[in-house]
Amino acid sequence: MYVPDLDVTAQEYTDAMTLSGTKVEEYKVLDRDIDRIIVGRIEKIEQHPDADKLVVCQVYTGEKTIQIVTGAKNVAEGQLVPVVLDGGRVAGTHDGKMTEGGIPIKTGKLRGVVSEGMFCSIEEFGSNTDMYPEAPENGIYIFEEGSVKPGDDAIEALGFHDSVIEYEITSNRVDCYSVIGIAREAAATFNKKFVPPVVKATGNEEKAEDYIKVTVKDPDLCPRYCARVVKNVKIGPSPKWMQRCLAKSGIRPINNLVDITNYVMEEYGQPMHAFDLDTIEGREIIVRRAQDGEKFVTLDGQERTMDHDVLMICDQKKAVGIAGIMGGENSMITDNVHTVLFESANFNGTNIRLSAKRIGLRTDASGKFEKGLDPNNASAAIDRACQLMEELGAGEVVGGMVDVCSEVRQPSRVAFDPEKINALLGTSLSKEEMLEYLGRVELTLDEATGEIVAPTFRQDIHCLADIAEEVARFYGYDKIPTTLPTGEATTGRIPFELRVENIARDIAEYCGFSEGMTYSFESPKVFDLLRLPGDDPKRNAIVISNPLGEDYSIMRTSTLNGMLSSLATNYNRRNKNVRLYEMGNIYIPKKLPLEELPDERRIFTLGMYGEGDFFEMKGVCEEFFGKIGMHDRVEYRPETKRPYLHPGRQAEIWYRKTMIGYLGEVHPLVASAYGIGEKTYIAMLDMKSLLPFAGFQPKFKGIAKYPAVTRDLSMVVPRDVSAGQIETILIQRGGKILESYELFDIYEGSQIMSGFKSMAYSLVFRHQDKTLDENEINSVMKKILNGLSGLGIELRS
Amino acid sequence: MDMKEKLQQIAESARQSIEKAQSPEKLNDARLMFLGKKGELTQILKSMKDVSPEDRPKVGQLVNDARSHIEKMLEESRKKLEAAALEEKMKREVIDVTLPAKKAKLGHRHPNTIALEEVERIFVGMGYEVVEGPEVEYADYNFTKLNIPEDHPARDEQDTFFINDSILLRSQTSPVQARVMEQGKLPIRMIAPGRVFRSDEVDATHSPSFHQIEGLVIDKNITFADLKGTLQEFAKELFGPETKTKFRPHHFPFTEPSAEVDVSCFKCGGKGCRFCKGSGWIEILGCGTVHPNVLRMCGIDPEEYTGFAFGVGLERIALLKYEIDDMRLLYENDIRFLKQF
Repeated sequence: MYVPDLDVTAQEYTDAMTLSGTKVEEYKVLDRDIDRIIVGRIEKIEQHPDADKLVVCQVYTGEKTIQIVTGAKNVAEGQLVPVVLDGGRVAGTHDGKMTEGGIPIKTGKLRGVVSEGMFCSIEEFGSNTDMYPEAPENGIYIFEEGSVKPGDDAIEALGFHDSVIEYEITSNRVDCYSVIGIAREAAATFNKKFVPPVVKATGNEEKAEDYIKVTVKDPDLCPRYCARVVKNVKIGPSPKWMQRCLAKSGIRPINNLVDITNYVMEEYGQPMHAFDLDTIEGREIIVRRAQDGEKFVTLDGQERTMDHDVLMICDQKKAVGIAGIMGGENSMITDNVHTVLFESANFNGTNIRLSAKRIGLRTDASGKFEKGLDPNNASAAIDRACQLMEELGAGEVVGGMVDVCSEVRQPSRVAFDPEKINALLGTSLSKEEMLEYLGRVELTLDEATGEIVAPTFRQDIHCLADIAEEVARFYGYDKIPTTLPTGEATTGRIPFELRVENIARDIAEYCGFSEGMTYSFESPKVFDLLRLPGDDPKRNAIVISNPLGEDYSIMRTSTLNGMLSSLATNYNRRNKNVRLYEMGNIYIPKKLPLEELPDERRIFTLGMYGEGDFFEMKGVCEEFFGKIGMHDRVEYRPETKRPYLHPGRQAEIWYRKTMIGYLGEVHPLVASAYGIGEKTYIAMLDMKSLLPFAGFQPKFKGIAKYPAVTRDLSMVVPRDVSAGQIETILIQRGGKILESYELFDIYEGSQIMSGFKSMAYSLVFRHQDKTLDENEINSVMKKILNGLSGLGIELRS
Repeated sequence: MDMKEKLQQIAESARQSIEKAQSPEKLNDARLMFLGKKGELTQILKSMKDVSPEDRPKVGQLVNDARSHIEKMLEESRKKLEAAALEEKMKREVIDVTLPAKKAKLGHRHPNTIALEEVERIFVGMGYEVVEGPEVEYADYNFTKLNIPEDHPARDEQDTFFINDSILLRSQTSPVQARVMEQGKLPIRMIAPGRVFRSDEVDATHSPSFHQIEGLVIDKNITFADLKGTLQEFAKELFGPETKTKFRPHHFPFTEPSAEVDVSCFKCGGKGCRFCKGSGWIEILGCGTVHPNVLRMCGIDPEEYTGFAFGVGLERIALLKYEIDDMRLLYENDIRFLKQF
């Protein structure tokens, strides 16, 4: 069917289709796991001598009679049943459990009696009673008398010598959500003839408009509405070929009418609906918007609430369906239906999509409509349905069609420019070659205008690039040459800020920290975990309107939670001495609710527990600052204000009057809230604020030629005077000749007066241009000592 | 006994003493015995005054010769003793070289970063600039300027996290394309790595937050063939010189023609294995020639300029390259995982 000349294996087919753009997601060979199953006639049934629940059957298989022992309840003499012979396979067990590769069946003994095979239920073929409604529940499949004869291939008779192919259809190719669309692609791919179904005119002498009137009040939402009528409808099962076809598409056969609409939907990609015409009041279909709050009970018995943007199918008194989504319970087809009204309409895709989402009801039909269908397809599909009604003897088709069409879609036209197509693709195809490829998918050249004309179902063709793609697809992407861009040379570069980040990574890693990554969104509960007061500005976080859940609902304003959670994960898993870092963003809104993009700040976060202390963390920061050329003095200001840090062990990091970060010991309550049972240290460096100070151009200062003089300062210092305060005095008063200083001893304890500590610095003096004399140093030392005594510091005797 | 004989005798007795001296101290005693202030040779020098003036130069010469002879013997012996002492010391210093090493405890980079640096290295080498863009982005850049108009299904909430109607968490790195093109500096060769967000529940192959690397080239006369060549080079650099690429037609709103790219499985070389699910190919990226609408919307004349774009999933590369079987590992930060990279 459709492409009669196609003669390729399933593998060749899938490979070629995938390369021409119709990607095969999966193909299932239905008879892969079943083998040697034939039709047999049960000639005689006898009770098993040793088992109450088993019977022994003599089965004629066309050539000979074999013996089968079975426990099935529904067997009777004279029945035609599927028999898997010795050496055959079934796909699974009768409870529907499948076994990859199938289950081999061999001649064996059941309670001492030889059984030369097994009867099969539909489940043992790998299907189920939903797809084969005639098959009994919990029993052997029984063939209809006359449909098969003993010895026939049962696999063939049930339609399992087939493959089912699942495609990934891209959203621009709505036309390929149909068998016809795929067939057209297949024909083009293999350069074979495409043969669409032949739809003959149907209908009696009567006229559809005498049965039904159609009024479309919102043509923008319903560009086309086609209606046809079938009377004297006889509801019954559809023929097996149609049932099998639907089953393979995963659609459960119901009855002839439903099956025909489903069949046409699969074949043409056009959803249809059938109403019981006798339930349509005033014999008029009115297509209008719903009222806000309008209630409607759909086919599935659910009451749903509509709004003004939902399009409804109504009669003169009531709504009978939600356009393009689902019909109503009140106009549903029952087995007693006499006259059927077929609807094949075209609805605005966006409206259907949004309506389906608001109502919370997405159906096969809405899934197709929302992609935006071709209005021209609506009449073809309804004619095909009527033809099938007639052919299947399901009713008498009334002549004519009521067709309310506000938009006749015109084929799109694109100026054909072979040279440009070659320039875009990098090929050198002739015009004729291009036209041959285009012709395969019914894109033709209008010689008069020099334009390529695309059929209306090709809603993806708008510009020359689209034409180029069609040429490329059938020429073959693999045949397009591979070249490298020519033209102006460009310099590859990594921007400065990323280079600084990479140095941060290097330093962190030298210092034993490994890189972690955490999510940018988190729970608003983290603010409480971090002991932030109610009015803390960090609580002003951007909220995601459709988060995955509360735990992922706000954009982080700090990386601390991510770091502590990661450390906690490690602590829980008993990993010792863990050091992590992260280079990730925080999101600071300028104003809430958000009107412009937030300030995204990259934070270099370090965290550790186990070995190491505050000063080691401080050391990592300093190594980093040094490496990126920040050689001025970095100030560590003791702070108490961050409630998630130990009040006596936190510091802000300042550089040239800018705060560039902070570090500290995590507050014991916070650490324990995260389940970390050890002292935990963190540092947060704000990359944006320190970036202006970073640079990679060290300047050589020359190696000192004149000797240095070292003086040690051993002091008794009031306990609350910090090293930072002392060093400030050293720097300010030491002047140019103070080359460096180093704290070499700090002591607090029995030797020292309480309230004091002993500190010892070693100072190195040197002059760039001369040897320092004693007097110069003494005068500087005196200045320093004066300054220190201002802090209550005395020299140790 | 004349002087010469006497000196020979002294030299001989010095030789014996020096040979007997088996330690630096003993050697020093020997030196003092012969060359010291009271040493035998010194005594002789002192007795020079008794030698007749005409003989003095000759005798002096003899004494000096003897002295330097003895000094030489002393020096040789000293060297021998030192060498023997050092030998002895080193014998005592033998260590067990198989004892455990004392390692600097270096940290490790995240596999995502390692993969990213690899990708950056390849493209920077080909003249691309690395660019970044905001993670919280205007819908305009994430969608409209990429040829995804207002009512397009791709804007559907089910995939994208929204802050409000006009601001969202970018669902792709492609908005950086639009931002760079708008700046109007041509030609463009850039890659834009970064974090993107999609509404996917966390499981072994999905994460609501992951990373992409966007690539964009805009210049005169850029062709689809250039795209193929560039990505083939990239795949070979990343996965090895034997790697083959396969371009399959696909659809993205912002490129036309578009393609998905598979690389031959680097585990089995394309024969088909569990890693590539038997197909011999692994899908790694999406790409295409930049759609003229996108160029136009970003202020570039599609009649004059063309270009190509591609997007690679960083996690996908990292998972494939380092054979990580569960995406969740990338965001747990278990040190036992991170240490392996």
